[in-house]
Amino acid sequence: MSGGCGRNPPPFPDNEDQEAELDTQVLDSDDDDDEGEDIFTGARLEEEESGDQFELNIAVTNPEKIGDGMNAYMSYKVSTQTTLPMFLNKTFSVRRRFSDFLGLYEKISAKHSLLGCIIPPPPQKSVVGMTKVKVGKEDSSSAEFVEKRRAALERYLQRVVAHPSLLQDPDVREFLERDELPRAVNTQALSGPGLLKMINRASDAVNKMTIKMNESDNWFESKLQEVENEEQLLRRLHAAVDSLVNHRKELCSNTVVFSKSVAMLGSVEENSALSRALSQLAEVEDKMEQLHQQQAFSDFFILAELLADYVRLLGAVRCCFEQRMKVWQRLQEAQSTLQKKREAEAKLLWANKPEKLQQAKDDINEWESKVSQYERDFERVTCTVRKEMLRFEKEKARDFKQHIVKYLESLLHTQHRLVKCWEAFLPEAKAIA
Amino acid sequence: MMSNLDINFFFEDFRLNAYILNVDLQTDATLQVDISDALSERDKVKFTVHTKSTLPNFKQNEFSVVRQHEEFIWLHDSFVENEEYAGYIIPPSPPRPDFDASREKLQKLGEGEGSMTKEEFTKMKQELEAEYLAIFKKTVAMHEVFLCRVAAHPVLRKDLNFHVFLEYNQDLSVRGKNKKEKLEDFFKNVVKSADGVLVAGVKDVDDFFEHEKTFLLEYHNRVKDSSAKSDRMIRSHKSAADDINRIASTLYTLGTQDSTDLCKFFLKVSELFEKTRKIEARVAADEDLKLADLLKYYLRESQAAKDLLYRRGRALVDYENANKALDKARAKNKDVLQAETTQQVCCQKFEKISESAKQELIDFKTRRVAAFRKNLVELAELELKHAKGNLQLLQSCLGVLKGDT
Repeated sequence: MSGGCGRNPPPFPDNEDQEAELDTQVLDSDDDDDEGEDIFTGARLEEEESGDQFELNIAVTNPEKIGDGMNAYMSYKVSTQTTLPMFLNKTFSVRRRFSDFLGLYEKISAKHSLLGCIIPPPPQKSVVGMTKVKVGKEDSSSAEFVEKRRAALERYLQRVVAHPSLLQDPDVREFLERDELPRAVNTQALSGPGLLKMINRASDAVNKMTIKMNESDNWFESKLQEVENEEQLLRRLHAAVDSLVNHRKELCSNTVVFSKSVAMLGSVEENSALSRALSQLAEVEDKMEQLHQQQAFSDFFILAELLADYVRLLGAVRCCFEQRMKVWQRLQEAQSTLQKKREAEAKLLWANKPEKLQQAKDDINEWESKVSQYERDFERVTCTVRKEMLRFEKEKARDFKQHIVKYLESLLHTQHRLVKCWEAFLPEAKAIA
Repeated sequence: MMSNLDINFFFEDFRLNAYILNVDLQTDATLQVDISDALSERDKVKFTVHTKSTLPNFKQNEFSVVRQHEEFIWLHDSFVENEEYAGYIIPPSPPRPDFDASREKLQKLGEGEGSMTKEEFTKMKQELEAEYLAIFKKTVAMHEVFLCRVAAHPVLRKDLNFHVFLEYNQDLSVRGKNKKEKLEDFFKNVVKSADGVLVAGVKDVDDFFEHEKTFLLEYHNRVKDSSAKSDRMIRSHKSAADDINRIASTLYTLGTQDSTDLCKFFLKVSELFEKTRKIEARVAADEDLKLADLLKYYLRESQAAKDLLYRRGRALVDYENANKALDKARAKNKDVLQAETTQQVCCQKFEKISESAKQELIDFKTRRVAAFRKNLVELAELELKHAKGNLQLLQSCLGVLKGDT
C-alpha cells in the first residue's frame, strides 16, 4: 500500500479493517427442505471509526410482468433491511425495472469511475430472452430467463452496496428507498454489446499507449497483466462450465426417455420378478433425471453465473486502470504545455518584448497550478486504484471460495441421493429369479 | 499420426464379462474356449483363440490359433446356412470391431497438438488411449462370448467347421464379401423379410409357438428402443465427464498463476475434480458395460430367436403346402409317390425343428433372466461403489477447504 495517499483521501475506511460478507442464498433444491424463510442475504460492513457493526441486506424478488405485448416489462421487488442510520427506515422495499438498474449504473459510473473505482457492471440486456417474456411465452425457458435475471440483479446490487464509497452515494440510496424513480432513458449504450464495446475500447486504448509510464514500481503494469491473464482463464473456465450445464441438461432428457423405454420393456417381460425389477430400474432412472436437473441448476447458478460475473468485473477493473492512464496522460500533456510556456517566456526575454512578457508569466502560472492539480489527481487516482484492487481481490477470493464450497456441497448432496436411489434398487435386482 | 497400438494382455476382468452374458456356461472339461490374447493393428484385430479339450477328434489337448473378425462371421454364417441347425437359436455373430470414431479423435488430437499446452495434450492422449483400450476390450469380449456360446451348445459344439475354426492353424482364407456378394445378401434379406411377414401371418396351431411369436416380436422392438436410448444417455454422461476434465485443467492453470490463498484453493479443487472426473468416466463406462451391452446383446439374441421362429414357420408352410400337393396328386393319381416323399421330408423337417425350437426358446428365457439379474445387480453395486467413492472425495476435500478458510 503506497504511503502519501493524496491530500484528499477517499471517503471510505482503510481496507484492511473492513469486512463485507456476502452470504449467498442457499441454492439447495431439496424438495424436503423448507428454505427461503428469509429472502435477505447479508452484507455486513464494519466501519473502522465507529467500531459498530452495521447491517445491510438486499434481496431482489417477486418478478411481475406489467403490461402486455411488446411494451410489457418485468418489475422486480427490491427489499432492503438495514440498521444504517442514513436510511429513513429499517425495512423497506420498492419496485424497479431493468432499465432502472442500468440507469443506476450510468449515474454511478459517471461519478466514480473517474476516481479510479471499480464499478460493478450491470447484468446484460437480452433481446431474445426479454421478447419471449413480453410475448407471453409461458414455458420453462422464459421462466429460467426471469430467474437468471432476478439473481443477476440481486448480485449486482449486493456488489454495489458492498463498495463502501458507492454505498454512500445518494443515487444508490435513492434507488433503494425512493418509491417512484424517473425513467432512465438512453440506456441503449449500456446494453450488453454496448457495454462490452466500451470495455474493449478501454483495453485497446491501454494497449496502444506507446508512451511508457515512468513507474516508481511496476506494480500497476504487472497487476494489469495478471488481470488480463485471469480474465482469459475465467473465460475458458466459464465455457467449460457452460458446456457441462448443457451436457447435464442433455443427460436429463436422455435419461427420462430411457426411463420410459425401460418401463415399456419391463411391461413386456414375461418373468414377473424381472419385469418388476425393470420397472424399478425405470423409476431409478427417473429419480436420476431429477438429480441431474438439480445439479445442472447448481452448475449454472452457483458456478457459471459467478464466472460470467467475474469475467465482466475484470473488464471493469481494466477500465479502472485505463482511467488512471488517462489521468497520467493529462498530467503529461500539462507538463509538456508548461514546458512550452516556459520556453516561450525565455524566448520573449531574449527577444526583449516586455509587453508580451506579462501574458507569458500569466500563462506559466496558469499551467503551473494545472500541473500541480493534475499531479494531485494522479496521486489520488493511483492510491484509489491500489486500494480498489486490494479490496477487489479480497472480495473475489471470498466470493470464489464461498461459491465453490457451496457448489461442492451441492455435488455432495447429489451423491447422497444417488446412493439412496441405488441402495433401494439393489434388493429388487437381487430378487430376480 | 496414429501409432500402432500393440496391445497384448490377458483379460482377467472382462473374461468375467463374457460369463456375465452367458451365465449358464457349463465349464466342462470336454471343451473350453477363450480368447487369450489380441492384437490391434492398423485396420484389423487379431484374436488368439485358445482351446482346451479332451475330445478325441482334436490332435492335441490344448492349442491356439489366430483368427480375424471375418473368420468369425464365416463360422456364424455357416451355422445359419446349415439346414441341420434350423431348429436352434444360432448365437448372434459378434459386431465388427469399430475403432473409427476413436481413431478420428486421435487424429484430430494430433492435428490440434499445437493449440494446447503439453500437459493438456498428454492428458487428452491418455484419455483417448484409454477409450481405445475400452473399445478394444469390448470387442474381444463380444467375440469370446460368441465362441463360448457355441462351445456350450450341445449340438453346435460338434460342428466340423467349428473344429476347423478352432484347430486349423493357417488362414482360413475367408475373405470378406465382395460387392456382388454383398448385393446378393441384400436381396436375400429383402426376400427373407417379405417372406417373414408372410410366414408370420400364418396362425400357428401350437399355442406355445403362437405366443412366442407375438412375445418375441414385441420384446425385440422394445429392447431395440431401450438399447438405442441407453447409448444416447451414456454418451451424454461421458460428455459431462469430459467437461469436468476441462474444468479441472483450467482450475489447475488458474491455481498456478500465483501463490495466493485463492490459488492454493484452486489447486485443491482442481485435484478434486480430477479425481471425481475419473469416477464419473468409470460410471459411464460401467453403465455401458452392464446396461448398454446387455441390451445390445439381447437385441441380437432376440433377433436370432425370431429367425428360429421364422425357419419353423417356413417349414410349417412348406409342410402344409406339401400336404395340399399330396392331396392334389392323390386326387389326380399322378406323381403320388413323389408327393408322398416330399410330404414326408417336410413333415420330418418341421417336427425336428419344432422339437428343438421349444427347448431352445425355453433356454433363451432362462438365460435372459439370469443375465439381466447378474448385470442389474452388478450395475447397482458399481453405481453404489462409485457414488460412495465420490462422496468420500467430496467430504474430505470440503473438510480441508472449510478448515482452511
